[in-house]
Parts: sequence; structure tokens; C-alpha cells
Amino acid sequence: MAYEKLIFELSKPGRKSYALPEDTLKDMNISDYIGADYLREEELEFPEVSELEVVRHYTLLSKKNYSIDSGFYPLGSCTMKYNPKINEDVAANPKFARLHPFQPEDTVQENIKEISGMDAVTLQPAAGAHGELVGLMLIKKYHQMRNDKKRNKIIVPDSAHGTNPASVAVAGFDVVEVPSNKDGSVDIDALKGVLSDEIAGLMLTNPSTLGLFEKNIKEIADLVHEAGGLLYYDGANMNAIMGIVRPGDMGFDVLHYNLHKTFSTPHGGGGPGSGPVACKASLMEYMPVPMVGSDNGRYFLDYNVEHTIGKVKNYFGNFGVVLRAYVYMLSMGSDGLKAASTNAVLNANYMKESLKDHYKVAVDQTCMHEVVFAGLKTKTDKVSTLDVAKRIIDYGYHPPTMYFPLIVEGALMVEPTETESKETLDAYIEVMKQIAEEAKETPELLKDAPHDTPVRRLDEALAARQLILHWTKE
Amino acid sequence: MHPYLPNTSEDVKEMLDVIGLENTEDLFKTIPANLRLKKELNLPKSKSEIEVRGIMNGLAAKNSSIDELVCFLGAGSYDHYIPSVIKHVVSRSEFYTAYTPYQPEISQGTLQSVFEYQSMMCTLTGMEVSNVSMYDAATSASEGAILASVQTKRKKVLVSRTLNPEYQAVLETYLSFREVDIEFVDEKDGVTDIENLRDKLDSDTAGVILQYPNFYGVIENIKEMEEMIHENKSLLIMSVDPIALGVLKSPGELKADIVVGEGQALGQNLNYGGPVLGFMAATSKLMRKMPGRIVGQTLDREGKRAFVLTLQAREQHIRRYKATSNICSDQTLNSITAAVYMATLGKQGMKEVAVQSFKKAHYTFEKLTESGKYKPLFNQPFFKEFAIKCDKPVDEINEALREKGILGGFNLKKVNEKLGDSMLIAVTENRTMEEIEKFVQIMEEI
Amino acid sequence: MSTVLEGLFYTKDHEWVRVEEEKAYIGITDYAQHSLGSIVYVELPAVGDEIEMDENLGVVESVKAASDIIMPVSGEVLEINEDLEDSPELINDAPYDNHLVVVQLKDKSELDDLMGKEDYEAFISEEE
Repeated sequence: MAYEKLIFELSKPGRKSYALPEDTLKDMNISDYIGADYLREEELEFPEVSELEVVRHYTLLSKKNYSIDSGFYPLGSCTMKYNPKINEDVAANPKFARLHPFQPEDTVQENIKEISGMDAVTLQPAAGAHGELVGLMLIKKYHQMRNDKKRNKIIVPDSAHGTNPASVAVAGFDVVEVPSNKDGSVDIDALKGVLSDEIAGLMLTNPSTLGLFEKNIKEIADLVHEAGGLLYYDGANMNAIMGIVRPGDMGFDVLHYNLHKTFSTPHGGGGPGSGPVACKASLMEYMPVPMVGSDNGRYFLDYNVEHTIGKVKNYFGNFGVVLRAYVYMLSMGSDGLKAASTNAVLNANYMKESLKDHYKVAVDQTCMHEVVFAGLKTKTDKVSTLDVAKRIIDYGYHPPTMYFPLIVEGALMVEPTETESKETLDAYIEVMKQIAEEAKETPELLKDAPHDTPVRRLDEALAARQLILHWTKE
Repeated sequence: MHPYLPNTSEDVKEMLDVIGLENTEDLFKTIPANLRLKKELNLPKSKSEIEVRGIMNGLAAKNSSIDELVCFLGAGSYDHYIPSVIKHVVSRSEFYTAYTPYQPEISQGTLQSVFEYQSMMCTLTGMEVSNVSMYDAATSASEGAILASVQTKRKKVLVSRTLNPEYQAVLETYLSFREVDIEFVDEKDGVTDIENLRDKLDSDTAGVILQYPNFYGVIENIKEMEEMIHENKSLLIMSVDPIALGVLKSPGELKADIVVGEGQALGQNLNYGGPVLGFMAATSKLMRKMPGRIVGQTLDREGKRAFVLTLQAREQHIRRYKATSNICSDQTLNSITAAVYMATLGKQGMKEVAVQSFKKAHYTFEKLTESGKYKPLFNQPFFKEFAIKCDKPVDEINEALREKGILGGFNLKKVNEKLGDSMLIAVTENRTMEEIEKFVQIMEEI
Repeated sequence: MSTVLEGLFYTKDHEWVRVEEEKAYIGITDYAQHSLGSIVYVELPAVGDEIEMDENLGVVESVKAASDIIMPVSGEVLEINEDLEDSPELINDAPYDNHLVVVQLKDKSELDDLMGKEDYEAFISEEE
């Protein structure tokens, strides 16, 4: 019998799951200091439960979750690799976790610069999208400082992740969408058509969101630079190229990393992540403050960045997440990181070869760390990509990324990562093949999926129409 | 080869055979040779756990945390009591290694925990909707400002100088790029200068951001300001301390339109400033433009109650360029941590923590200002933080305190020269009476 | 196969226009409601708003998409369909019976730029 209660439904007046030392200041009354105008009147509708009930409640809830520790997530573009436990141990060390941000200083930065081929790094951004925003701000400032006021547009390919155009808008630019070729690469002629003196820059991922290396990247970089623009690298697909090729060497001027993707920090059900930004020397003086400076082995927080764009987050960034990534980089080292990328690419190509008779490979060439399928090989109206995905859940796996990139119809993006064994990949491949058969023979199994999960397929339209966004006491 | 890389050379050979390649180098043939990195990455080679532990423990040893130093430092980050259950529940791998709940059927753990978090945030703040999370208080204030501008179609936001200076700095950066004007309202005697606010409110003002309690710990006259703000048809955005709401009037009761703030005090460790927890709650009128993820309740096809990410049409993966915000990864695990904290403290505990923090802070204040060596900087009601005038530079005082194992308060001169040598001291329920007595005694002796 | 009615004007953004003397009723076509999926919310302009042709009229949101509605003809908004506030799914049920807005036609010649039944049918069969 699945666990069905909300914590509020366990509540009973008088129950306690905490204890504070006795209040020895009994003669002090808050109402002597604060007038009734600012004292709370509305009841706080919080639960009252015992400590065991808290523990049991959340433990039972957690068991309804799929997670990396319990299963494979072939999620394209998310790099769901193993989250090493030593990272957690280090981050939990009170001498790191219980530091007040305004205490006197020290920290870490050099490794990220080396992997990217860039000249300066900031660890402030709290997520990939945040990093994108910072990168775009750097680009804007760069042009502003050159009094080049016409450049208010950023080019974004139609294959881009949604955060790219959204970040462009938040940074105060206009978006110019450029179509991609069928293989997801930038259409050079189309690009030439939109380059002008109004273009501040181009945002790109390499490998592309179709998992393919952008062969013409040098030409693209040259074109954009000649037109006076800068190149932004979305680091989401970094897992394919560590130690193989560097964005800085490809001609990119600024990039962000997703530590919660490439660098093994956990997803936490949606966050926290971290999106450090690295840039070339030309943008260094605009980086957000504070940067980390070193002076004879002692590190300090440097607020003297001449033309900084300012602060983009409280304090210094998601330190706890950066710390985990640092431990990962120490563990993996130069050889390990390269091996990780090599194996990630190997595994993805193995997936591609093994599934291409059952699922339509979007572009049949050697892929990088992920492969995109345009749904089932035998086109059918009876089942959709969504139905395939839900049926995968019945076999105990998390579905791949669905319906992204937008330029591939009914896309299924598979990214196995390097931390999965061949046995896991083979088992998953068998399941995918089985489902392709079922799609032909018994499509109802897909349409009704999933069958054995704590809840079955949800009415999302109802959720959006009749909004219940919090519990209410009856 | 490495514990995180399961492929044996046998596995590699088998896979290469299936793919039809000779060796792994061939996998990268699509990359132009002139771009390939021709040397090893200039990083040390891989290390065993034993070596990594040695390095990290060495680094850690150079730090003194608030377990060794008794903390009287606040200024936006607080040493509140963190119940033991939190770590045990939140470090369950089902929570922290899980992905974003886009497949709700296998993510009910995350979704329900966050729904409970949203519910508790709504009753705590007195608002109708809460989102899953934002990065921190500074960025959530910035997103709140942008929301106000989009909603009212006005181009300016007023920000009080009594807001945490970190938030002011981030607001400036965010809004300047978004082309929303930011204007600061003066501080006077430790509160927002109401006359200055009245002068600055105009038909271009989308919203006003006030902090409650403010950066100096002071509880401001929100009511008077609220009236003039709403009369001007601007939105009231309040950045709040969630702990204070255990006892203070909620921003909802004070008629706020948007509530943001720092959720670090809700069971999170200080983490040297991150990850923390930005939160945002608002009136239902603003719901469809709110940034961030939102969890809703629905039914599955068997009529069972279930939870799902909803109103996704607001977000970047659907709206793309037209999304109000670009946020994707957020601070979900920190929201779950806050949920466990709030559930553990519950109705009585939230109140008791607030009351004890209040009382201990006021007791410390009275004792510190008794002899006349330290004078109050402002004559204002406060919650758990207060500022005192010092007779010598604060950095000097703090050094002396450190030698005695105490982390002293914030040096206000660093953010506001006018305030001279003054210290901002925070006292929470986590401070024992002995610690407070010792602190006062040492302060007297310095 | 999507339904296309006789006697209406159509746009490339899948809006339909029904003209009644000086007034224009505007809605979205069967093709549009089908591609959006279950509609959960409709954002409409205010009565009295003056909107030009090709400007944004409003937004129709489904669970997985948000579609901007482009003004097919210029005019002042006379009425908005308030039923859609509580029951946006009416558009899915009967897209041609549930208009979004009624506007005062500013310039009848703008109708010449719109498509008729046959042209729109040809247009959507290319897209499908």
C-alpha cells in the first residue's frame, strides 16, 4: 500500500518534534517592545508532529523517487553521472559547511581555467542559466565600454536550449534566431545573412544539441569576430570534450559550465547547481566581483575589478557545490577527465549503433556524448514519443529527454554518461527494443503506461486549470 | 581504471566492434585536427580517496568554523539551531541524486515535499502562491523587481537603502541590464526615509522594495509606506526574514504584493554563503508571471491525488525568449531542507525560535548598553539584530574577540561610512545564556 | 484532418475572423487548438484597447506550449469572451463557436490580406 499522506494530515495539536532550552527570560514580553501593529495575528498553519513522524514521512516520500543511486537516467543534455560520495563527505565537513560568508577569507579557482582554455573564472553564478546571464552581461559591457551602442542583438540557433533565448531577454538583448541545418549544425549562409553591426554575439553549444560536433566552428568564430561580435559557449555538453578539445581554442570568448552536469555534483531534485563562467582576457575586467586573488600563497577576495558588471549573487556563489566539483576534479585528474569524456562518447555511440534499427537516428554519423532519435523507426500514429517514454518507466528506467531539441520531431535524446556499465547499457537497449515491438503489437501497453508507479499518468491540464498550489486547512 | 569508470578494456573492445571502429581515437574524427588538444590537460593526475582526503582535510584545517567560534555575526546569514533529523532525511540519496521532477510518476517524493514547502511558505508569509525556489535573497529580490515592472508596465523600481547591501548591489546589476531603472530611497535613523520615499514615488514606479526586518535588524513602519505605495498603484515588494515571521505580522497581513527573502535560516547550513535558498511568494494575481517552478496538486488517471510541476508555460523551456525569467536549475534540495525544518519545528517551534531569538537579542542589547561603553546606534524597535556604536575600530574589536573564541558582529563602516565605527550584532536562539554573558563581559573589557 | 469553415477569413498564425458588419469576431482554428493540446489559460486584452494588425492580441496557454495570438485586423476591442476565464477548454471543444475577442473593424481593406477557406486548407495541408 503506497504512502499517501501530507505532513499536515499527520498533525495533532500538542505534538512536538523539537526542543529548545528553557526560556530563562520569562519576564520579558515581546509586546513591551513591539506594538500590536507588527505582531502576528494570523495562525501559522504548520503541522505538529513527533520526530519519528517527521523521519518516517520523508523517508516514505523519498522511496517514491527515482534517483541516480537507484537507477539509470539516460537523459540527454543533463549528464546524469554518478555523484561521488567523497564529494558529499567533504562538503559536509563542518570546517567547510559552517563557515559564515563574512568571515575572513580563502578558496579555489585554477582548475576550471585550465579545462576551458580561458583566462579568468568567476564561481558566482548559481546555475547554468545564471552563468549564461553573466556571460551575456559581460558581452554587453564589452560593447558598451567600446561605445558600440548599436549592438543590441544576440544570435541564437533554433536548436538551442530554452535558457539561451530566455537569458538573452533577461540580459536586455533582442534575440535573432538562426535556423540550423538538418544535422543540427549552424547554417553558415543563414548566419552570414544575419550578421551585422547590430550583433553583439552568438550563443552556441558544441557539441550541438543534436550531440554532434560543430565541424565549422572555426569558420563560425571567424565570421562572428569579423562582424565585431563575441562568441558564447553553453557548457552543457562539456562532458564530451574534456581533455579532447577546449572551447577557448575553438574561438569562444566566454563560457559557462554546469557543475551539476559535467562535474558530478548532485541534481538535488532540481538544484542547487552551479554555473561558473570563464572568459578570455578581453572580458576579464568586466567579471563580477568579488574575484579570487592570490598573493604569495594567501588568497583574498578581490573587489577591485575595474569595470566590473557588479554583483550577480549574494556572497560568492554556491560554494558547497563548487567544493564538490573541486573534489571531483582532484579525484579524476587530467587522465580521469579525459577518460570520462572518451567513455561518455564511446557509450553514446554504442547506444546509437545498438538502437538504430528500432529508433530513427536523427543524423547518422559518429555522435559525441549523446544521440538523438526522432522517435520510433517505424512511424506510427498509434503511439507518441511520450507514450514510449512512459512505458520505459514500467521497465524500471527513467526515460531519456523528450521533445528536445525542437528541430527534431518527437525527439528522444539519450546520454548514457561514462559512469554506467556495459551491462546497464545492454539491459536498457533490450528494453528499448522490446518497447519498439510493443508499439507495433500492443500499443495500449504504451498508452496506459506507467502501470506500477506510485501514481499513474497525471492530468496535467487539470493541474493547470484548477490550480491547487498549497494545502488548505478545511 | 578509475572507480567511477566501469568500462574494462574488454568492454571497450566489444563496444568498438559493434560501432565498427578500431580505437577510441576514431570516435573523435569529427573534430578538426587543428582544434584538438595536443597535450595533456595541465592538471595533476588522478588521485585516490586517501590522497584527496589528505588534501581536503589540510585545506579544511586552515578554516575556523562557527563550531569553534561562537557566532554573533549575522548580516544576512544566521546561526540558527539546525535539528539533527534534517541531515539524515535530506542526505537520503533518493532526494539528492534525483533529477528535476519532469516525470512526475517517479518523482512524487520531490514533488510532494516541495508542495508541502510551498504550503508552509504561504502560511508563513500570508501569501497565496509560493514558487519552488530561486537562487538567493538578492536574485529573488531582482526577479521580484522585474516581475513588478512587467506587471505594471512601469520602468522604475525604488529600493530602500536599508536593504542588505549585497542585495542592493545585485539589484543594480540585474536591473541595469534589463533596462529597468533603479532609484534608492535614503536611510534615516536606521529606517527608510519616508519623506524621501514620498518624493520619489511617481507614475513610473513599478514597485518599492523594503526589507523586514531591515539590514540593521530594525522593524520599520511598513504600514505607512504601504499606504502611499499602493495609492501610487505601485507594488509592495518585501524582502523578509522567515524566522521573524514566527512572531511578527506576516507580509501578507501587511498587504505585500511580492515577498522574497533568504531561506538559509530555515535549516540550511551557512555553507560560506551558498547554496542557500531564495524564496518568492506572491498574490494569486501575479501567479502567471511568477518566475521559477511551481508544484500543483492534481489527480492521476485512477483518481489518486498526485503532484506535478505546473504552469510550465511561464518557464524558459516553453516560453524561451518571452519567459519572464531564465531560471532552470534552482535550489530544490534547499527547499526540501526548509520543508523538513519547518515540519520539525512545527506550529509551536517556529514561534518559540522567533521568541527566543528576540528575547536573547534584546537581553544582549540591554546588557551591552548598560555601562554606557557602547551606545545604541539607532533608537528603533528591532527583532534579532541590532547595531551599537563602538569606541574603537570594529576590526580591532573583532580580532580581540576572535582570540577569545568569538566571531564578532559586522563592521557597518564597510558598507556605510556615515555610521562610523559601529557593529551589527545578531543573537539567535542558538546562543546560550553563558555565551551571551561571556560575550558581554569580553566586550566590556576590550 | 482539421475542420475549416466556409465564410471565415484565416491567417497564417491560425486565427479565424468572422465579419458582422463593422465588427470582427476573432478566434483560433481547429488546427491551432489541436496542436496546442488541452488549453489551460487564455490571456486577453482589455476592452477599449486599440490593437494594430500583426501586433500581439493575447496568449493561449496549454500544458506544454504558449502561443501568441497575432491580431489579424486592426481595431478597438469591444468585447472579450469572459467564459474563457473559467473554461478555457471551450476552445478545444468548439474552436469556431468560442471567439476570443470582438473588435471594431478599423480598415476593411485589411481583410484582403487574409486567406479564404481553400487557401487556408492548402496552407495547413502543407504544414501537416
